[in-house]
Amino acid sequence: MKKIFLIIQREYLTRVKKRSFIIMTILGPVLMAATIIIPIYLATQTNELKTVAVLDETGIFKGKFKDTDNIRFHYLTQDINTAKANFARSGDHALLYIPKTEVTLPNNAIIYSENNVNINVKSHIKNVMSRQLEEMKLQARLRELQGDRENQVSVDDILRSIKTSVDINTLKIGDDGKESKSYTELSMILGMFAGILIYFFIFMFGSQVMRGVIEEKTSRIVEVIVSSVKPFQLMMGKIIGVGLVGLTQFMLWVVLTFIIVTAVTATMTSGSATQTATEQLLKQNQVNIQPEGQQIPVTPQKNGDELTEVMDAIHSVDFPVMIGSFLFFFVVGYLLYAAFFAAIGGAVDSEADTQQFMFPITIPLILSIILSQFIIQDPDGPVAFWLSIFPLTAPVIMMIRIPFGVPFWEVFLSMAILILGFLGTTWLAAKIYRTGILMYGKKITYGELWKWIRYKN
Amino acid sequence: MILFAADNVTKQYSGHKALDKVSVAVPEGKIFGLLGPNGAGKTTLIRIINQIIAPDEGALMFNGRKLEPGDISAIGYLPEERGLYKKMTVGEQSLYLAQLKGLTHHEALTRLKFWFDKFEIRSWWNRKVEELSKGMQQKVQFLITIIHEPRLLIFDEPFSGFDPINASLLKDEILAQKEKGATVIFSTHNMASVEELCDDIALINKSKVVLDGSVREIKKKYKTNTYIVSFNSFDKPLESILPPAFQVLSEFSDADHRHATLKLPIDATSNDMIRLLLPHVTIYSVNERIPNMNDIFIQVVSNREVSEN
Repeated sequence: MKKIFLIIQREYLTRVKKRSFIIMTILGPVLMAATIIIPIYLATQTNELKTVAVLDETGIFKGKFKDTDNIRFHYLTQDINTAKANFARSGDHALLYIPKTEVTLPNNAIIYSENNVNINVKSHIKNVMSRQLEEMKLQARLRELQGDRENQVSVDDILRSIKTSVDINTLKIGDDGKESKSYTELSMILGMFAGILIYFFIFMFGSQVMRGVIEEKTSRIVEVIVSSVKPFQLMMGKIIGVGLVGLTQFMLWVVLTFIIVTAVTATMTSGSATQTATEQLLKQNQVNIQPEGQQIPVTPQKNGDELTEVMDAIHSVDFPVMIGSFLFFFVVGYLLYAAFFAAIGGAVDSEADTQQFMFPITIPLILSIILSQFIIQDPDGPVAFWLSIFPLTAPVIMMIRIPFGVPFWEVFLSMAILILGFLGTTWLAAKIYRTGILMYGKKITYGELWKWIRYKN
Repeated sequence: MILFAADNVTKQYSGHKALDKVSVAVPEGKIFGLLGPNGAGKTTLIRIINQIIAPDEGALMFNGRKLEPGDISAIGYLPEERGLYKKMTVGEQSLYLAQLKGLTHHEALTRLKFWFDKFEIRSWWNRKVEELSKGMQQKVQFLITIIHEPRLLIFDEPFSGFDPINASLLKDEILAQKEKGATVIFSTHNMASVEELCDDIALINKSKVVLDGSVREIKKKYKTNTYIVSFNSFDKPLESILPPAFQVLSEFSDADHRHATLKLPIDATSNDMIRLLLPHVTIYSVNERIPNMNDIFIQVVSNREVSEN
């Protein structure tokens, strides 16, 4: 165990000290921050006026949707079918439909539009609706409490009890009046992003493992090392060491990206009359931590600017679950593939020879990315399910699905099978690796690899 | 006492046997030569001793008991194909490899400093391996091989790539290791160095041990009862004064003397030869021609090939 730790240490330190690692670590967050900031910036800069028709069957939201700089609301009184039929001719950007509910307060709505719904529009509507609903609940709760002065209820409890999340579906209306689901969901962006990130990380760090093995083989140091440690220890030490480099890079990216995004958005909105997203967030937190007995803040935030709304949308994502599952699928997915990469490195004499073996291994990964469009359209369908269970496609596909909400048992099943898959590929790869690293100048075929797998000991 | 022994070791690769019932015994404190033509199976045997690969059949003994995984820290191995991490500094690399052999960081550092001073290579410590010449790299690698003071040292072609000065430095160091009590297995094609260094040898050809024993015994066994005689000029052919059982293998003259190589019948001694020659010539010197390892090597290996064909 001490020796494998030494190997991990070497693999980690030599890579982290490399100039390319440092450059990537700085460049990555800048690029990622840019991909977050630029759309937000552009969204806030569009002065195009969007009109939204509101069809509120409940009547609760009458007059509650106030016009903003970029969004105009007008109310319809027709029934929904007429509204939909007329929508194409109306020139409205979107049609908001809040269906009538019998007993409970309405907490879902549908936005119809011809094209993708502007994310600002959607989050604005969501905010207005949830604030209105929360205010109503709060009033009701306060009335309740007034009749019952003996029981001290904490502010936290009240706030928790009134917390409302509004579910908004977006549907496209085609020229023919047909509906289809619209994909501007944040979860879609996040899912794709996480999936592609896993794909990218597996490839990048997997090939680092492969190159490391080839380096040891061509420099012939491998024979000295395997006279001190078992080939399996060397292989695992390398895989773990490189994996830790990947994790380090990822963590640094997340932290640095967060810092850059926060800093830039703060400067972007400073000087404007409205509060910045962070300030607002802080305020909300203050509300939550206010001690008992103080006056309950009843005034919810009024229409903030668009930037705030986008940030709110981002904050509405369950990041602990996202990051937690991302880390799991990244780590175990990497381990599973890295074993293959190590075996390839061990089998060949130079990087030029790796192509024929790389191809079959990369197929499941590339397939995952190709199918991602399809998965997003039907994240709970059978294809999505089976691909997220199959260990070679699970890391990417499951990450794409998770932002849409996946039942826990499916996630755990996928994780368990992925771990089994990792053990299986490592066992297989170790056999190829062990024989390959001592074999020079031989043209390796699949038949040869099969022989190596069957060698005893 | 035997430090390492292989008993009937067989290793089969798909298609061919790399080792076929090979048995060797390496006495403690001696230098043991592992000889054989290319592809004979030497490297396979060395890898088996290092537990890099496992034999299909046969037993391996170390220090009187079965060879165990923990024994690798008692073995130092310098492979024929040598190499180091090119991008790592000499110091870091030496520390890493020494620790892999089981030394603590502190022990490794102290010993490395000692050896770097002894070899006068202290200034290389922070240089990357790729900046060193091949000979310098070899020196570093040799040093790493002995740093954990192993009981058994295995050198596979240690002199290849060394200039004569460094080769002699290396040779002295190998002998010094033997003085300190280390046992050395030494694989080479260079027969001159075998004679200089080895106490015992095993000659492997086509996966089998074809000759083994102490160098002195082997040489004795391969003596052909041949003598080189120097004498004064003599106008008659030697054959005319010797019985037909005495073969004259070669003859030549230089400015002072004539020299003849004579092969004696099995039952004859050098005294018989001298007695026969004395009446006719004045003898200046008689030397027995002892076969060198090179001759023996060629004889054994080619005889096998002849008899097999």
